[in-house]
Amino acid sequence: MRLLSAFLVGLIFGVGIAVSGMINPAKVLNFFDIAGTWDPSLAFVMGGALATTLLGYRIVLRRPAPVLEPRFVIPTARDIDARLIGGSAVFGIGWGIAGFCPGAAIPALGSGKGEVAAFVVALVAGIVVARLAQARGAARAAT
Amino acid sequence: MTGLETEFTPLQSLIGGVLIGVSAVLLMALQGRIMGATGILAGLVTGAAPGERGWRAAMVAGMIAGPLLVLAVTGQMPAVDVPVSLPMILTGGFIVGIGVTYGGGCTTGHGICGMARLSPRSVVATLTFMVACLATVHVIRHVLEV
Repeated sequence: MRLLSAFLVGLIFGVGIAVSGMINPAKVLNFFDIAGTWDPSLAFVMGGALATTLLGYRIVLRRPAPVLEPRFVIPTARDIDARLIGGSAVFGIGWGIAGFCPGAAIPALGSGKGEVAAFVVALVAGIVVARLAQARGAARAAT
Repeated sequence: MTGLETEFTPLQSLIGGVLIGVSAVLLMALQGRIMGATGILAGLVTGAAPGERGWRAAMVAGMIAGPLLVLAVTGQMPAVDVPVSLPMILTGGFIVGIGVTYGGGCTTGHGICGMARLSPRSVVATLTFMVACLATVHVIRHVLEV
C-alpha cells in the first residue's frame, strides 16, 4: 500500500513537473534571465503549487494522523544559521549553472536524455560527498 | 551566451504547479511526510533503513514515469532542452548536491512544502536560492557571456 501510494504521488509530481515546464532547463534558466530571454512561466508553477499546498496542508494537518502511518513527520529545526543560508546559496549557484534542480531532474530522466543522467550522477555524488563531510564533522565534534 | 527562447505558458505552468501541489498534499495525507526531492534521493542513496528505502524507490519510479505518461496521453514527449555544456551540467549537479545537503532542502522541500507551512527557515532558504540563481544566471549570460 505504501509502495503504491508513493508511486502514485511520484507519478502526479512527475506529470506536474512535465506539464508545467519545470522539466525544461531552457525554460527554468529563462525565468531567471530577466535581462535576456525572459519567460515568466515558472512564477505560475510556484504560485499554483504553493497555493494548492498551503490550502491542502491546512485541511490535512487538522486530522490526527496520516492514512498509512501512525503520525505526521514534520521538520522541527528552527535555526536560521550559516549552514542553511550558505547551503541554499550554493544550491542556487548550481541551479543557475546547470538549469536543473533535483525535483525537476528526476522526472526529466524519463526523457531518456544523456545530459539529465549526467546531472543526476553529479548530483548524487555531491550529496554523498556532503554527507560524508557532515558525518566526519559530527564525529570530530563528538571526540 | 544568449538563452534559447521559450514560449510563455501560463496555463500549462499553473496546471502543472497545481499537480505538484496535489502530490505534496497527498504525500502528507497518506504518509505524513514532506515532499522533498532532496530528502527522497538522499534517503535512497545514503542507506536509509531498509523499510524506508522501498517507498522512496517507488516514488522515484513514479516521478520518472510522469513524462512518459504525458507522452502516452498527448503523443509528445515534454521538451527537455539543455542550453548549457556538459562540464556545466556536471559542475552544476555536484554543486547542487552539496548545497541541498547543507541547506536541508531544495525547490520542493523548502520552496513549496516549507513555504506552505510558513516555516521561517524555508522562507529564508527559498529567498536565498532564488537570488543566488538569479545572480548566477545573470553573471553567466551577461557578464561572462559563456
